[in-house]
Amino acid sequence: MSALDLARWQFAITTVYHFLFVPLTIGLSFFVAGLQTAWVRTGDAKYLRLTRFFGELFLINFALGVVTGIVQEFQFGMNWSSYSRFVGDIFGAPLAIEGLLAFFLESTFLGLWIFGWDRLPKKVHLATIWITAVGTAISAYIILAANSWMQHPVGYEFNAAAGRAELKDFLAVVLNDTAIVTFGHTIVAVFLTTGAFVAGIAMWRLLRRGGQEDAPAFRGMAKAGAWIVVVSAVLVLATGDVQSKVMTQQQPMKMAAAEALYNTEQPASFSIFTIGSLDGSKEVFSIRIPNLLSFLATGDVNGKVEGINDLQAQEAAKYGPGDYRPYAPLAYWSYRLMIGMGTLAALAALWFLWAMRRGRTPGRLAVTTAIALPFLPLLANSLGWVFTEFGRQPWIVFGLMSTESGVSPTGSALEVGLTMVGFTLLYGALAVVEVRLLLRRIRAGLPPAEAAGLEPSLALGY
Amino acid sequence: MDLQTIWFALIAVLWIGYFVLEGFDFGVGILLLVLGRNERERRAMLRTIGPVWDGNEVWVLVAGGATFAAFPEWYATLFSGFYLALFLLLVGLIVRGVAIEYRNKHEDVTWRTRWDVAIALGSFVPALLWGVAFANIVAGVPIDAHKQFTGNLLTLLNPFGLLGGLTILLLFVTHGAVFLGLKTEGDLRERANRLALRVGVVTAVVAVAFLGWTEVQRATPASIVFAVLTAGSFVGALAANVVRREGWAFIGSAVAIGLAVVTLFTALYPNVMPSSTDPAFSLTIHNASSTDYTLTIMTVVAVIFTPIVLLYQGWTYWVFRKRVSVAPVSVQR
Repeated sequence: MSALDLARWQFAITTVYHFLFVPLTIGLSFFVAGLQTAWVRTGDAKYLRLTRFFGELFLINFALGVVTGIVQEFQFGMNWSSYSRFVGDIFGAPLAIEGLLAFFLESTFLGLWIFGWDRLPKKVHLATIWITAVGTAISAYIILAANSWMQHPVGYEFNAAAGRAELKDFLAVVLNDTAIVTFGHTIVAVFLTTGAFVAGIAMWRLLRRGGQEDAPAFRGMAKAGAWIVVVSAVLVLATGDVQSKVMTQQQPMKMAAAEALYNTEQPASFSIFTIGSLDGSKEVFSIRIPNLLSFLATGDVNGKVEGINDLQAQEAAKYGPGDYRPYAPLAYWSYRLMIGMGTLAALAALWFLWAMRRGRTPGRLAVTTAIALPFLPLLANSLGWVFTEFGRQPWIVFGLMSTESGVSPTGSALEVGLTMVGFTLLYGALAVVEVRLLLRRIRAGLPPAEAAGLEPSLALGY
Repeated sequence: MDLQTIWFALIAVLWIGYFVLEGFDFGVGILLLVLGRNERERRAMLRTIGPVWDGNEVWVLVAGGATFAAFPEWYATLFSGFYLALFLLLVGLIVRGVAIEYRNKHEDVTWRTRWDVAIALGSFVPALLWGVAFANIVAGVPIDAHKQFTGNLLTLLNPFGLLGGLTILLLFVTHGAVFLGLKTEGDLRERANRLALRVGVVTAVVAVAFLGWTEVQRATPASIVFAVLTAGSFVGALAANVVRREGWAFIGSAVAIGLAVVTLFTALYPNVMPSSTDPAFSLTIHNASSTDYTLTIMTVVAVIFTPIVLLYQGWTYWVFRKRVSVAPVSVQR
């Protein structure tokens, strides 16, 4: 493999891994803030115990989100230095601003939350977790704005003399419509992920053998989590729909690849499942919904959706000879499986709600479902990023810079390979440690109420 | 003053913030197994940095981001050039961050001991490597006409680079010991104060050698003044330590570290990465910088938000101003 391939693998591995922790960090910070608010307002010890239970899980997850985030900022310079030189005038600012506005807020106020139980007045202490949560959301918006600029560059001019892209309109970058729709879709997916995490854990606690202690609390959490999943899923669909339409306009090739649509169709059908040669020449078997792709892409059931071959010809005419097609099978399956995994999570949550109606308790099948549930949105999120990033290929900045030309010229395949293997092994080991720690905490159940509010050493682990 | 100079200075400020703040928590991490004789002492040591270490670390993220935004060529050359050193540094920071957060989450001696070793190593390696990196930046490294670094990891491990690494490492250890003297009680506090003086004397000698060598290579009137002030405040810190003025000792070591960064940056100015291949290939604040438009926007953002950050980070230190006791907190989990 070349240094380029290895750098791409490294980016994919470290980014997908990082994003396993990010949604739970954002979502759980809000969820825990909500639980603590319930405690402060009602004084009910149940909510304090739940705050501490989910607070612990949140912190275990947060630690890995933080440390893997450092790699993200460094690797633009380490592996993608030509990209960094070319776009630094535009792309660097969001990273700096994210640190200044969001990371300081999150880390400082989380420190206050963890250690401030007995030092701060109750309401001030409650405010610290809310500020942390807001910090995570600000961070999400800024970094998505940076990514959106790579998907749909705006507010810049190419300076031929300097050989780089230069910022002309900062607000255009910040208020890029791509960023707004991407943030909308991501933030509701974050809550779907969090709901699934909460519902899965609570249901498992509720149903496990001899797990009747604190049943009312976990029952409430299973319901709350399931409701969050269901409501979020509707919003994920709605925002995803808006995003698809924006994407069809801005990156038509990505939409065509998502459907492996080789020839322009009007109206275009959506295939749920296809067996066939993916070069589009032969279709063996396919389940299709007529007109759906037209609707998804354009909002009109009879809209025209352009195919890969036509778009290839258009882009070749515009950017010069070359292959402008992303790898279609990957785009096709990641797009479908993303939707599929999200839908499965929503169905599982609906079933939980049905099975728990009017005091009922679901049967053993719910245990397996509860274990699988938290993983479904995580998988969907990862697939969503795989689709977004691979669907943009061969561009690193759409229409402006190819991925190939963004890689560091200094890195040998040996060096990049070495760090890729290094990060992968380290991340793998940390994943094992993290999952074990989470399971241990989940098995231990709700912590006692009386310990909280005393020494922080008892409250949250120090 | 032009925008490039302002941003050069602001990036220096961010590194000062990082070295002064993360400096003491690196120091505490390195000393964890040296000063912490039992579980209660180690726990107390970690509690002194627990609420603040993560916020301290953000300074480096902002420094990195600001370098990317203000001087993309500097960021690109530095990060792609010091590749393996930065990889090792990242591994150190990752392991350390997880270790600090996880070591108390499971009541098991083996588990804790392993994480304690990870905290010590994860503090030692980045402290050393930041010093190596800065010494090399100031001294100059092989950079070609296309602003590309042409050396490798071994290029950085030259005598001057290693001396820089040792200097920063020792400064952080002293700073950490002084901080522990300020923040703990009883026997631990006494031992921390004694260690601060013993390591501090060695540090003073090494730091003077390093700063002297720096001036031999890149003397400017300003950087000579700052080097002398650095030495002065560090000696002041040690004197305060001897007379048991722990607050002043900490201020002294903090100021010394801050001034050491200022010394390096003034020696560097107006270069950001001098080339040892040919001075004409050096990266300067002008040929490495972003456009004035971007720098203006960044300046506005920094002017508005930096004071707010300083305010709430300062408040955190105020909230946790009390000494941490090694009194037997019941160790339950």
